[in-house]
Amino acid sequence: MLSRVADNLYWMSRYLERAENTTRVLEVNMNLMLDRSGTTDEGRWMRMVEALGRPAGVSWTGDALEMARSLTFDAEHRASVTHCISMARENARQVRDEISSEQWQRLNRLYHRVHSADSAQEFDSDISDFFSSTMDGIHLFKGVTDTTMSHGEGWHFIRLGRYLERAYFTATLIEVYHHDLLSAPLQDSDGHQYLELVGLLRCCTAFEAYCQVYTADLVPSQILEFLLFNRDFPHALRYSIDSLRSSITAIERQGNRSSPELNALAGKLYAALSYTTIEEVLSNDPAAYLHSIREQCVRIHDMVYGFYIHYPIQTALAV
Amino acid sequence: MAATRPSAFEQQLESYPLDHAYDEMCAPDGTLRPLYQDLMNVIANLPAAELQRLKQSADLSFLTQGITFTVYGQEEGTERIFPYDLVPRLVTGAEWKKIESGLAQRIQALNLFLHDVYNEGKILRDGIIPRELVFSCKHFRTQMIGLQVPRNVYISVVGSDLLRLNNGEFVVLEDNLRVPSGVSYMLTNRRVMKRIFPQLFQAYGVRPIEHYPQHLLATLRALAPEGRPEPNIVLLTPGVFNSAYFEHTYLARQMGIELVEGRDLVTHDNVVYMRTTSGLRRVDVIYRRVDDDFSDALAFRNDSVLGCAGLFNAYRAGNVTVTNAFGTGIADDKAIYAYVPSIIKYYLGEEPILNNVKTYLLSEKKERDYVLANLDKLVVKAVGESGGYGMLIGPQSTAQQRAEFAQCIQQNPRNYIAQPTLDFSRAPCLINDKLEPRHVDLRPYILFGDRVTIVPGGLTRVALERGSLVVNSSQGGGSKDTWVLE
Repeated sequence: MLSRVADNLYWMSRYLERAENTTRVLEVNMNLMLDRSGTTDEGRWMRMVEALGRPAGVSWTGDALEMARSLTFDAEHRASVTHCISMARENARQVRDEISSEQWQRLNRLYHRVHSADSAQEFDSDISDFFSSTMDGIHLFKGVTDTTMSHGEGWHFIRLGRYLERAYFTATLIEVYHHDLLSAPLQDSDGHQYLELVGLLRCCTAFEAYCQVYTADLVPSQILEFLLFNRDFPHALRYSIDSLRSSITAIERQGNRSSPELNALAGKLYAALSYTTIEEVLSNDPAAYLHSIREQCVRIHDMVYGFYIHYPIQTALAV
Repeated sequence: MAATRPSAFEQQLESYPLDHAYDEMCAPDGTLRPLYQDLMNVIANLPAAELQRLKQSADLSFLTQGITFTVYGQEEGTERIFPYDLVPRLVTGAEWKKIESGLAQRIQALNLFLHDVYNEGKILRDGIIPRELVFSCKHFRTQMIGLQVPRNVYISVVGSDLLRLNNGEFVVLEDNLRVPSGVSYMLTNRRVMKRIFPQLFQAYGVRPIEHYPQHLLATLRALAPEGRPEPNIVLLTPGVFNSAYFEHTYLARQMGIELVEGRDLVTHDNVVYMRTTSGLRRVDVIYRRVDDDFSDALAFRNDSVLGCAGLFNAYRAGNVTVTNAFGTGIADDKAIYAYVPSIIKYYLGEEPILNNVKTYLLSEKKERDYVLANLDKLVVKAVGESGGYGMLIGPQSTAQQRAEFAQCIQQNPRNYIAQPTLDFSRAPCLINDKLEPRHVDLRPYILFGDRVTIVPGGLTRVALERGSLVVNSSQGGGSKDTWVLE
């Protein structure tokens, strides 16, 4: 497979995952702001922005709805949902032949929908309906990707992009929240803390899955444990890194070429998520631990690039 | 065959206007040509609603196959389908035979001409063609002088434009020897037509064209550098923003070869490689759909990012075949065109099978004076342009346009040629459920690897505006399927 094609598939997938994460975080937070609570709107907004990787140009203006609108529709805004979907489509368009017609049609439909005047109206009249139908569009795309595209190298690059973006997002989200989470009072008489915790879980679509494992008893350390170390939940870090690793292995098998450094890095990260206990994390420096996960994600991206996409000619000729 | 026409068609025929131009369907006396009898029986008897349905189903089929071209100038480039007409154009076996042999002769002669000009230059020495005409051509590439190309084939993929004059004769209007396009429309038109009129298609005994991609692949393979028995063949596209991008993806897919952009290629030690996820892979043959100028920033225009730096050196070293070769534009220059009959005689010792259109060279004083005095009757074209740009159609021009062209001609006579305004043939088209005649040309596609092959068919381009003579897709033209019969 051409490196350029792999690059386009990878970014198509990352942008779409990013659009989904942004949409969900916006939905959850707009919903939370309906309730009065100990956390101010500004505090909540800034924390959300932090979780989205602190995109440039987003500051608190006092009007949450207006800011949510800009973070959704502003095409100039590089973090906006619309921009991410446009970028995903642009990447897909360049490799129109490598993806199935169903994928292209789904993505195209999604693109035209978020760009239509109707969707701006829908945003005003029923904001949560708007967010959930946008997420539906993205989920449909992922569904047809898995059912209509052949699961070869290209599909694995799509999967790689998806899980790397997801792992990075989840790690950032936990890093941003963990302080509030761990320093919260044990007695939650007014129910505010409960709402915050549900919000965090819902940002990763994890509320129901968490309840199945730990019941609806929301305990901060258990939430951390679930989001970090759960083996079966698709938004948990361990699951994401496991999936990412299996795609790297599959790509290596296809191309008959492997990078020991990349394998070691992904393997180490996976081991750290598999064999560390939450007690160990909490008794040491949780912030540093979470931060190092993020750093390792960035290094994995760099190595994938350096090995498969933008490799120097000299190293490739030596092979 | 007795001309018993169905009554539904008689009505249509009454309102079908004829004039002095050759009509593909009707003889000058207004009777139907026997060839078109069966076709018209079917089409004239279809209710308007059914025709509409067929048309919509064809349009939808183009759209879902992604056979669109991009219209620029709007904020988000809109994708449109290439306008398409349901009535096929028919060509008899005898007519085709002449076209086929005429084109094969012409392409072989032009190829010999290119080889000669870039090597010994005998034709120039013998004074058949003025030296300055060749060297002043903007597509002349000094880099090609003395360079040996595989099998001495410079032009392996060609599309020549033919017109039919009012005496029924096919003539060549121009040759496209650089990067001719449109063959994907020929192939997809056929696919759609077979779906829409299956019985009719079968009854007519139309010769197949679907093997074009296979022939193209064989042609490219035949031109691979020596010692590369399993050549890696790629199609080089300028990228997704090119208006012919659909065609590039279509052909690459049909041939099962990789579609690459300049940024996918690197050269090292005069060998071209493409970047893949499993490392660099050597490239042996490049079917190039990027213009000369943009192919290699080191050898040609240095501001181009579409090509691959170092490509020309690898080509010169014989490590990669690039086709068509560079600098082939001198042989489809509109001023050289006037000499093609002499070129055929000079190299092959034969009379041209297909004639040229009468062409006035404006660098000759006598011809220039005649043209300047008769601008209102002639068509003037800039020699290096294509796609219907840089053209003056005398009878449809204003006095001011003529004055501007006259001035341009005086300043740079080498840059222009003139031809009589041609009454080229018209074919029936469905315009708002009614048959109306529209001007058409014919572009067959010629391949030249170890031999010349032409699939029986081509792209019939239609000037969809009433009375218009311009068939280019960039200027509001459409197309229809061409049925070459046994």
